[in-house]
Amino acid sequence: MQEINKEKKPLIVAFCCNWCSYAGADLAGSSRLSYPADVKIIRVPCSCRVNPMFILKAFQRGADGVIICGCHPGDCHYTTGNYYARRRMSLLFSMLDYLGIERERTRVEWVSAAEGAKFSKVMNEFASKINELGENKRLEDLRCKN
Amino acid sequence: MQKIGVFVCWCGSNIAATVDVKKVAEVLKAEPGVVISENYQYMCSENGQALIRNAIKEHGLTGVVVCSCSPRMHEATFRKTCESAGLNPYMVEIANIREQCSWIHKDIEEATEKAIILGRSAIAKLKLNAPLTSGESAVVKRALVIGGGIAGIQSALDIAEAGFEVDIVEQSPTIGGNMAKLDKTFPTLDCAACILTPKMVDCAQNEKIDIMTFSEIESVKGFVGNFKVQIRRKARFVDEKKCTGCGECMQKCPSKKGLNDFNMGLNTRPAIYIPFAQAIPNVAIIDPEQCLKIKNGKCGLCAMKCNVNAIDYTQKDEIIEREYGAIVVATGYKPISLENFNEYGYSSYKDVVTSLELERLMNAAGPSDGHLVRPSDHKEPKVITFIQCVGSRDTSGCGKPYCSKICCMYTAKHAMLIREKYPDTEVHVFYIDVRTPGKNYDEFFRRAVEQYGVDYIKGMVGKVYEENGKLMVQGSDLINNEQVVIPSDLVVLAAAIEPNPSVRNIATMVTASIDTNNFLTEAHAKLRPVESPTAGIFLSGVCQGPKDIPETVSQASACAAKVIGLLAKDKLKCNACVSHSDEMLCTGCSVCANVCPYGAITYVDKEFRLGGGKTEVRRVATVNDAVCQGCGACTVACPSGAMDLKGFSNKQIMAEVDAICKR
Repeated sequence: MQEINKEKKPLIVAFCCNWCSYAGADLAGSSRLSYPADVKIIRVPCSCRVNPMFILKAFQRGADGVIICGCHPGDCHYTTGNYYARRRMSLLFSMLDYLGIERERTRVEWVSAAEGAKFSKVMNEFASKINELGENKRLEDLRCKN
Repeated sequence: MQKIGVFVCWCGSNIAATVDVKKVAEVLKAEPGVVISENYQYMCSENGQALIRNAIKEHGLTGVVVCSCSPRMHEATFRKTCESAGLNPYMVEIANIREQCSWIHKDIEEATEKAIILGRSAIAKLKLNAPLTSGESAVVKRALVIGGGIAGIQSALDIAEAGFEVDIVEQSPTIGGNMAKLDKTFPTLDCAACILTPKMVDCAQNEKIDIMTFSEIESVKGFVGNFKVQIRRKARFVDEKKCTGCGECMQKCPSKKGLNDFNMGLNTRPAIYIPFAQAIPNVAIIDPEQCLKIKNGKCGLCAMKCNVNAIDYTQKDEIIEREYGAIVVATGYKPISLENFNEYGYSSYKDVVTSLELERLMNAAGPSDGHLVRPSDHKEPKVITFIQCVGSRDTSGCGKPYCSKICCMYTAKHAMLIREKYPDTEVHVFYIDVRTPGKNYDEFFRRAVEQYGVDYIKGMVGKVYEENGKLMVQGSDLINNEQVVIPSDLVVLAAAIEPNPSVRNIATMVTASIDTNNFLTEAHAKLRPVESPTAGIFLSGVCQGPKDIPETVSQASACAAKVIGLLAKDKLKCNACVSHSDEMLCTGCSVCANVCPYGAITYVDKEFRLGGGKTEVRRVATVNDAVCQGCGACTVACPSGAMDLKGFSNKQIMAEVDAICKR
């Protein structure tokens, strides 16, 4: 298992809302709280901007895990965006589960702009879980050849 | 054909120490569409920006990617740079290779590889960027200050001084806040009332300032420059305009057993009362829980006594709506509840008091007219023991992890004042550390020890118990390495301070971010300390973090300067990254309007040509650019894919996903 992981590093796509989680990631950075380089962040204005298509696309393209981070419930910069995200994602995740993508490969987390430590902790935990699960092969057939 | 310029910043050694910046620039140069790729020590410097400007002109760049720090830091800088060279400011993308790469990774190879991927992702997105222009919206030239303590008062006075109208909304019946309750203030020992009440009067007399006490924020809508706020003016059962504050009603009121909040519940007040002599507004208020007339319809003495007919037992809450350009949050603090600290006996013994209660016991307008006596038997205490850090710097979960900052100084002040006024009194202070940074602060503390002979004991207190009528304070003395028990007459707890509980609700209403301790988060910890990340929301005083009075006043004035800067503008540039609807795809289903938190989407009937001279009228969505804040909720909700967000379009984000997943 370890051998395989060394050869091919896991790939994690993190969608972070601009106001809370992206700022939380910045704080993790300025506080030098490390997490694996496997995590690549995409900035979106709000967690509600994350279209389920983006997540499907990521898995199709070979992502091993996708995490969506937003403001805590009640703290959304746009008042209600994270509630939409939460509902959409819970539907999407059960569909992905049905398609054979393990539940642990997808995650929604609330990280505020002041929670650099939480951001780092969440990413470390998520990355180690993805590492354990290994490569995402379920959508392999659908994967576009790069 | 696109011509993209890539600019990789070293940020001194911040990026260059862990990311091979030259390699990043070299690899990205090979990306299709990239015509120039440079690296430089500080891209944000004047020289770095000149490098970008020159490249735009020289190569006729159509877009710029800067691989540097977070876009939250310098996106605005680089947009301006490009704009000054004639490039649309939205043709810039930032790859965050500092906060999200060099600062968190140690392995150079790994970090360089990630930086390249982040750069590629930014290039992929940029290729789909379109030049954007932002609309303008008018600024309502009036500010709202939430909270009427010293922070709110100072902010309001400064804003009014610049000629703008300000409303202060305060939840209690008078402005003045915690400072009005204090006796003296460190390090100069001026009397708090003597320096605060003139400012309160200034507020009341300033024609630009409208004070709404006993009022709460009901809802906040809108955005920077154009907030619509509903304010609940709670029923005080006294007509504010008629009441002269003569106090006749207070004398006659037969229901005198209400706890006096202003004196921290140390004595009682009548059902109709004026909080304190210098209250602003100097208007009575009835506590409906306690008023015999309101409770069971019998009494009405105050109405009979009132010469100006100001009493109105049937008064109801009133909700008013006003518009503001800027909102200042100045909600302040309260001492924490001590229910988790039974070891200090606060709830068991009357003579264990908090420092704020001691302020009232020492204040000439307090329950004992400034004569320091024990609450239990009204006798003068001969031995007083102070316990510091009660709930501060507490990582056990019972208290607060932070330092409350003001306690060391006010404890020194209390100790000094007591030794000055009652030289026979023995004063002991248990402390963990004494923290006195600040102008003349350490000198002040040393005076307490050296000149006034206050006994400072380094160590924590284990428990307080009663024995033979004395309060036994048992603690450790770390310097002499022994256990000590001090029989005391009065024990004073320096309780930690926490943000006023109302701030939670207010933060939600104004969409300001809040940290795990319920302090409001500033836009930048060092460079934008008085602004919330939400445009148009400003932070004044302890709601942002523990502060003493001088710091609070400085911050309140800084906050006012920011508000004035905003209100001085006639127009504000709106957010350019707004939603837009593709009319050819829109079916007019209304789903987008239902999820829009701003009501920015409306529907219009539009005529479409079908060919062959035929036309069709369809209902389609249209977005009001000045109102849309660009969250993107509608883009995902839209079932026909007609809605998209400029600057964060479906295609752009898909391109980023693609670039990141390519390997």
